Amino acid sequence: MATDFSFPDAAAKAATMPKEFEPEKMSLSMGPSHPSTHGVLRIQFELDGEVVTKADPVLGYLHRGDEKIAENMTYNQFVPYTDRLDYLAPLANNMAYAIAVERLANLQVPARCQAIRVLTAEMARVSAHLMGLGAFGIDVGAWSVFMYCFEEREKLYTLFEELTGARFTTSYARIGGLSRDVPEGWTKKVEAFCDQFLPILEEILGMLTRNKIFLDRTVGVGVISKEDAISYGLTGPNLRGSGVSTDLRKDRPYSGYEQYEFDVPIGSKGDCYDRYLCRGEEMKQSVRIIRQVIKNFPGGDWYAKDARKIFAPPKEKILTSMEELINNFMIVTEGPQMPAGEVYFEAENPKGILGFYIVSKGGGVPWRMKIRSPSFCNLSILPKLCVGNMVSDVVSILGSLDFVMGECDR
Amino acid sequence: MTTTDVDLPTAVSQKFPSATVRPSLDCPAYNIPAAEALALLQTLRDAHGYDFLMDLTAVDWSAEKSPRFTVVWHLYSSTKHNYVRVAADCANDADPAMPTTTGLWAGADWHEREAFDMFGIKFTGHPDLRRILMWDGYPYHPLRKEFPLAGLPADFHDPEITAETKTGLISAPMAGGPFVATPGEPMSEAEPRAKDEAWNEQREKPE
Amino acid sequence: MVTANSELAYNSKIEGDVVVTTADAAINWVRNNSMWPMPMGLACCAIELMATASSRFDIARFGAEVMRFSPRQSDCMIVAGTVTYKMATAVRRIYDQMASPKWVIAMGACASSGGMYRSYATLQGVDRIIPVDVYVSGCPPRPEALLDALMKLQGKVKRERSASKLLSA
Repeated sequence: MATDFSFPDAAAKAATMPKEFEPEKMSLSMGPSHPSTHGVLRIQFELDGEVVTKADPVLGYLHRGDEKIAENMTYNQFVPYTDRLDYLAPLANNMAYAIAVERLANLQVPARCQAIRVLTAEMARVSAHLMGLGAFGIDVGAWSVFMYCFEEREKLYTLFEELTGARFTTSYARIGGLSRDVPEGWTKKVEAFCDQFLPILEEILGMLTRNKIFLDRTVGVGVISKEDAISYGLTGPNLRGSGVSTDLRKDRPYSGYEQYEFDVPIGSKGDCYDRYLCRGEEMKQSVRIIRQVIKNFPGGDWYAKDARKIFAPPKEKILTSMEELINNFMIVTEGPQMPAGEVYFEAENPKGILGFYIVSKGGGVPWRMKIRSPSFCNLSILPKLCVGNMVSDVVSILGSLDFVMGECDR
Repeated sequence: MTTTDVDLPTAVSQKFPSATVRPSLDCPAYNIPAAEALALLQTLRDAHGYDFLMDLTAVDWSAEKSPRFTVVWHLYSSTKHNYVRVAADCANDADPAMPTTTGLWAGADWHEREAFDMFGIKFTGHPDLRRILMWDGYPYHPLRKEFPLAGLPADFHDPEITAETKTGLISAPMAGGPFVATPGEPMSEAEPRAKDEAWNEQREKPE
Repeated sequence: MVTANSELAYNSKIEGDVVVTTADAAINWVRNNSMWPMPMGLACCAIELMATASSRFDIARFGAEVMRFSPRQSDCMIVAGTVTYKMATAVRRIYDQMASPKWVIAMGACASSGGMYRSYATLQGVDRIIPVDVYVSGCPPRPEALLDALMKLQGKVKRERSASKLLSA
């Protein structure tokens, strides 16, 4: 028989107790080094027994100064820093950044480049959601889910390594294209991965979706209303779990997303369980997109050939021809030459909407770069959401919000 | 690609004659005096359906320019799928201030705290304006243009640890880097030069 | 001719149920094969640390899968990720709370030297506040590199004079 906490009872009982027995509020600091805080988040709680009365998140434990660094780096030099923003889906960040900078020059990349970007972004989405699922599972106590998810992620890492050279932190995108083309036979391996992934995903989701313990811990916990979600600037599965159907891939398609057919899962109640279901379903839709991209994989160039001052010419030409040598020298030392102006581009990343606001005064180095991070905005609802819940519910809420501190603090 | 909001420019110019069009490479953008910024944002949210505050940030145009700080809001309409950018200059260069938008969007809270932390812009009417990314006692505003990338020496925020480790914040050893070119100058000046350095071969390491 | 034998060799036919070895060898053997890490997982390297603990690059083979987040119960602190100045005080505090013997592995470029984040907010190497035993390079280091670091740490522990430290302190 489950213990039934009925708070009206407790309040009535407390009212009859003499003043000396009234409990004091306890102040508890959760983090920054804590297994359930998904990185270095610190929450300063004020507790009344086990119930949270005030929650104040303290950020900045991973603030590395990315925006200041961006003012001192050329556009291509900043690409590795974008990897480390949401380090669970680096390929998606690379793509969002490259498209944002290309908007400065109104540069169109060829269809093959767009297709590769979409393909890698969707694989990164699967990888990030698997990690989110694994971390959520391990926070509520399901160790096996974590292990299964990581096994699948290792397969994705092998694919990324073959494509880019690194398991994650890929630094794959360049302004005007990519760092290299897709190797021979790689798309067949991706197809094989998709084929074996869907049954395993069903198995992983089957461990949690109708699991009584998981349901008890997540249904009705951390409910975010539609108005709250919009007012606090939530995006991604957190927003869609509350019933708002905003997905930039459908609303403002970029990089060729309009050619692919996929659904966007929308939740109804806005609790932790809905967000979990949204992420699970999004993974299946990502596999659907990946299959379509591979089926209609375009040939042609993988970088913008006419962007002379932006994308470096191929290596053979650099070593043999004078003009290409000078071009390469200018692009490497002074950076890709972008016109002056301001641009704001947002991409639908796994964690939410990642935006880049770039102010350029011309030249290869931006004047100001602001990174609109989805995790920063998603976490801002935490002070409101935690109040009235128990500390163990806070762990469920953190797991369901699925944030990354690298992105949040930049 | 996507449709533009055609009635927006006329509606804005009618209701807010002091708003000017800001040059922008993608979405419609408006410059507005700081005093009317809140009214414009409210009109955009209530009358034109820009329900999301996507981003609130600031730009420092460097100490020589005046006005020095500009606060920039980015709004998104979930129904029209369009963005609009609103920019307002802060009146005072030495002590910049801007009215808060936390009354319109609860998410503006943390964005304004970050702008305060990084630039020192005070948002009047903010419920709890304190630093968010650096700790409360940090003496500088890092994203100001005169603040070097390497940082300036300071103490840890925990005096116990400072006493125990006998170290603190140092200027990161740049050793002449990062080497970045300066845009728009003759080639000899535009070559990559050490832009931001705490010490290099010519200048001694500061103690 | 007696040489210092650091190997723990046991042949039951000769020695029966008695093992004769040096105290150092026995103590170091025990410490090496149950090196419980305290994962100071701060940033991207933490993901590689988790991958090392997962089934493909099993760190459990080395007896180190017990990732205790409590400093009292752990032997080795693996600083995985960028240490910012704000976090540095917490790292130092947790290091102080660990019971000796304790070792530190600085995993990745950011922990070893500040990495590519030469900025106002990043501690330029965690060895500015805590003593480090093994540095692992990489951004992030491959799980094999972390396991190699663990083996190097085991080699270092093997050469320690643990018995004299224990008995004299």
